Amino acid sequence: MELGNLVAIFDSALRLSIPLLAACLAGLWSERSGVVDIGLEGKMLVAAFAAAAAAYAFGSAWIGLIAGIGASVVFGLIHGFASISQRGNQIVSGVAINMLAAGLTAIVGNAWYSQGGRTPPLEGAQRFGDVIFGHSALVYVVLLAVPLTWFVLGRTRFGLRLRAVGENPAAVDTAGISVTGLRYTAVVIGGVLCGIGGTYLSVGQSAGFLNNMTAGKGFIALAALIFAKWRAWPALGACILFGLLDAIAIRLQGISLPGIGEVPVQAIQALPYLMTVILLAGVIGKAIPPRAAGVPYVKER
Amino acid sequence: MSAPLDLPKWADTVLVPAISVVAAFLVAGLVVLGIGENPLSATRYLIQGSLGTGEGLGFTLFYMTDFIFVGLAVAVAYHAGLFNIGGEGQATLAGLGIALVLNNLTFLPGFLLIPLGILGAAAFGAAWAAVPGYLQAKRGSHIVITTIMFNWLASVLIVYLLVNVLREPQSMNPETRAFPEAANIPFMHDVFAAFGIEIPASQLNLTLVLALAASYFVWLLIYRSRLGYAIRVVGSNPTAAVYAGISPARIIVIAMVISGALAGGLAVNELMGYQHRLLLEFTSGYGFVGIAVALMGRAHPVGIILASLLFGILYQGGAELAFEQPAITRDMVVVIGGIIILFAGALDGLFRRAVAHLFTRQKLARV
Repeated sequence: MELGNLVAIFDSALRLSIPLLAACLAGLWSERSGVVDIGLEGKMLVAAFAAAAAAYAFGSAWIGLIAGIGASVVFGLIHGFASISQRGNQIVSGVAINMLAAGLTAIVGNAWYSQGGRTPPLEGAQRFGDVIFGHSALVYVVLLAVPLTWFVLGRTRFGLRLRAVGENPAAVDTAGISVTGLRYTAVVIGGVLCGIGGTYLSVGQSAGFLNNMTAGKGFIALAALIFAKWRAWPALGACILFGLLDAIAIRLQGISLPGIGEVPVQAIQALPYLMTVILLAGVIGKAIPPRAAGVPYVKER
Repeated sequence: MSAPLDLPKWADTVLVPAISVVAAFLVAGLVVLGIGENPLSATRYLIQGSLGTGEGLGFTLFYMTDFIFVGLAVAVAYHAGLFNIGGEGQATLAGLGIALVLNNLTFLPGFLLIPLGILGAAAFGAAWAAVPGYLQAKRGSHIVITTIMFNWLASVLIVYLLVNVLREPQSMNPETRAFPEAANIPFMHDVFAAFGIEIPASQLNLTLVLALAASYFVWLLIYRSRLGYAIRVVGSNPTAAVYAGISPARIIVIAMVISGALAGGLAVNELMGYQHRLLLEFTSGYGFVGIAVALMGRAHPVGIILASLLFGILYQGGAELAFEQPAITRDMVVVIGGIIILFAGALDGLFRRAVAHLFTRQKLARV
């Protein structure tokens, strides 16, 4: 393969990994605080829809971003209310978020635009244009979130407390710090990140919202999160790796490789899921989630 | 929780789920209002379309059959303390099992083919659930994550197989050739016609009987058998199970195997009962509806049948509604499903506490 080809593949890998990375970091914040989040997919989807709708209505990609973040945070808060305040089952709540998002975006999109769930195509200022190296501003915002997450979680007092709440909430509570407050903060940060990821999908990468356009990206992000063992820099690595696999799968479609023959696209698509299952099974290395993840905190006990 | 919630049993099993369903419908009504449609006329079309005609009722019962199977699948795992959200993948694999059995044993007569096809579905569904079960039991990998991954693996696998391996060479569509006719589970209207009774034609087939039998089997299993007792003990307290001489690892795998086999019933109804071939995405997200059904039905077979009927009404009525009021597409059913999961599952405590509060006040008033 030529150099130009390689550059093109890495370029598209970066593009494809950005929504994964945003959702992955969102999951990282949430789960590090002890709130399991399988609703990443749904939050990205509502964000993508809200962003495209607002960008179309107001003619500005930035207003789209605000709307996307807003919608995602609202869904994050529903999840937070169910799992933090009501101490409900976090998995159940996540499933509900995903279904709500899939249904609502389709039905509202159809009712507003009557285009089978699509938003009208976005153009000009309604989209995020390329800023540097052919990538839009959102790409750099998401990339910047990696060192930021690493620094805040690992090097600040707030980050230490947040991680502690995901491991041993009782200890944090005893120190007089609000478990609820910290977890809500984490869920909101997760909502903001998912919002950016979803906005990137509909207003950055594509020119408008398509029905169910996240197509499982939220779940690949979940896989990447496990792969990265709930840490920021490895999350970047895992997302770029999964983005690269995706880019290669697109590139290899219908191409016969010398010696191997035609590689089925599905074999490459299956890799992130397969690798996650193998990793979780502890065959290569071990992925241990935050200890209190998924467990509602009950003060008196 | 500060005080144990003291609720009469009927309130716990009937009142609380009923309140969450009513709340879900109120929210759904708000959504309908929000997109500028009339929720009252929508409800009328919904009920008319699903129960008002014989044909509509047939379709309602057809969908109900699907939901009973996936609901039972979620419920059995739930009793063992497991969250099986892999119903989609398990049903997909079950469809593959059906296609492999039926299209390779075409020479067999129907009375052998049909049971073998059902067994194929159960075996493939069970196998696809057994792996996450085993990984949870022996390697400690979280079953929710592995079943999610297995859903995606199943969808990727079935696309590969249908596009590259199982597709008929002449056909452009990614689907297998039709199953041998002898393997088709008879339509209900044909069965009735054989007895000289005429009912309107629909997709409803004899799989409904299998679904009701499976419900009875699950009731026997969970509440009347030694294994079911072990499953419930593992679900409520794995440590106690160990002291009682029950191996949680073994029970987890067994519960997942049963759960996966039950999810396979969805493929039996859709493929052997109606489509008569294996095609892409025949599960249509019903695996997730199974979660709503199981939560609403309190993981009890009777509750699951009732919840399945409700969702059958929603799916069939929703299709008719989309025809009458095009702004309300069938995605409305997904929204309602999501709200029910949220209310009956994650926010369950909200209504429970409210009801408990009412009951305590009443008790105090009487004293």
